[in-house]
Amino acid sequence: MYPSEYLYSREHEWVKVDEDVCTIGITHFAQEELGEVVFVELPEVGHAYDAMDEIGTIESVKAVAELYTPVAGEIVEINSAAVDDPAIVNDDPQGEGWLVKIRFSTDSDLKHLMNAEAYEKYVQEGAG
Amino acid sequence: MPTATLRRTPLYECHREAGGKLVPFAGWEMPVQYAGVIEEHRAVRQAAGLFDVSHMGQISVRGPGAERFLDRLTPNHVAKLAPGRAHYSGLLTDNGTYVDDLLVYKLGEEEFLLVVNASNQERDFEWVKRHAAGDAEVKDVSDRYALLALQGPQAVAILAPLTDVDLSTLKYYGFASGTVDGHRAIVSRTGYTGEDGFELYVDPEAAALLWKRLLETGAALGIQPAGLGARDTLRLEAGMALYGHELDETTTPLEAGLNWVVKLDKGEFVGSGALAAQQREGVPRKLVGFEVTGRGIAREGHTVQHDGSRVGQVTSGTWSPTLEKALGMAYVPTGLAAAGTEVEIDVRGRTVPAKLAGIPFYRRNR
Repeated sequence: MYPSEYLYSREHEWVKVDEDVCTIGITHFAQEELGEVVFVELPEVGHAYDAMDEIGTIESVKAVAELYTPVAGEIVEINSAAVDDPAIVNDDPQGEGWLVKIRFSTDSDLKHLMNAEAYEKYVQEGAG
Repeated sequence: MPTATLRRTPLYECHREAGGKLVPFAGWEMPVQYAGVIEEHRAVRQAAGLFDVSHMGQISVRGPGAERFLDRLTPNHVAKLAPGRAHYSGLLTDNGTYVDDLLVYKLGEEEFLLVVNASNQERDFEWVKRHAAGDAEVKDVSDRYALLALQGPQAVAILAPLTDVDLSTLKYYGFASGTVDGHRAIVSRTGYTGEDGFELYVDPEAAALLWKRLLETGAALGIQPAGLGARDTLRLEAGMALYGHELDETTTPLEAGLNWVVKLDKGEFVGSGALAAQQREGVPRKLVGFEVTGRGIAREGHTVQHDGSRVGQVTSGTWSPTLEKALGMAYVPTGLAAAGTEVEIDVRGRTVPAKLAGIPFYRRNR
């Protein structure tokens, strides 16, 4: 359910680290809580953000979920497939439904993230 | 922190069995969705949905003075109701603004039933009782009824085999007493979705049995349990007002486009003076629909701007599953209230273009 090579935030986002670039998306738990995603708003490529800045939103009919960046850095790519067809965020939230790639300069922010096992437990214990 | 205990309708266990996601609503624990808001919404438009609306309040008004009392209390014309007919109306303040919107059912020459929003049940009861002041017997009878709403193009096909009420002669806003699956019921051809359908007033003890029977009977025709989330998207597409959003103590029926509810020529009623004045002078603002033309979903509370200045506020906004676009309703100054007027909506700090539109957005095929 939750790939062991990813890290996870308390805001139900997953992070895949490839050298100095993070790929970010929302977890399976998050998309289930949200329901059918109908609108995705993503940041502009080139923008820089601090850790825990709001960089976008994922919306269902009833709810608006903020997307946060767990790391400080610069947006290098966004998934326009998710913007064009928000359903892929429900269908494959942890794969094809990825949302942004951000280049980060310091990995100290990653220390706040959980591994897969800890995240699984977090969800089971009635996480946020 | 402990929360106040939420009330549960007789269908609480049914909701859990059906996988309902239960949330607090007006002091009740109600299903916001089961399979999903969009799926349930589409089921209602294409087949049928079954809603638990037992949380709504019912007030009985009886006696020889009941009809006259209600005509002096409410804006619509009660004396014109025949037994077996209901109409949509309101409880208004002296300023002509809304205490609540409601349905008035004429059960008999001296017997009326008012059906009110769950969120206003106690206040409405006190309001009616206080104004009656002995002219009629007023009782809160909410505990006597469970209420199931069966809505959608297949509603007749699903209900007809189960009821002794002749649905073919039951017109919109008509109702009849009979049985459904052997349980006594008031079968009312009313609803809040813009589809054909029925609201079934039954004894609380019968509710769960009826719920299950309707889901069984309708399974082959595509019935689904539907929650408050879909109820909201459906009524919004149908251009129907919701108290606390389009209607509140600052809005009159004339501003809300509900002029047909206001029968000024029947004689005085609470608020009639203010409404007559407003009709003479013209309303300062009007309820309009809008469609978002840019990227974003406008939601309740978002500011509506025209030529750079704030002109109004979104009263309800959502993404429409039938029309597949973001739309909603807002009050704007009367001068701007024409379909096609271009406005901007402040969606959490981002300015998104939108265009005013007529209400409703959706009309069913008849």
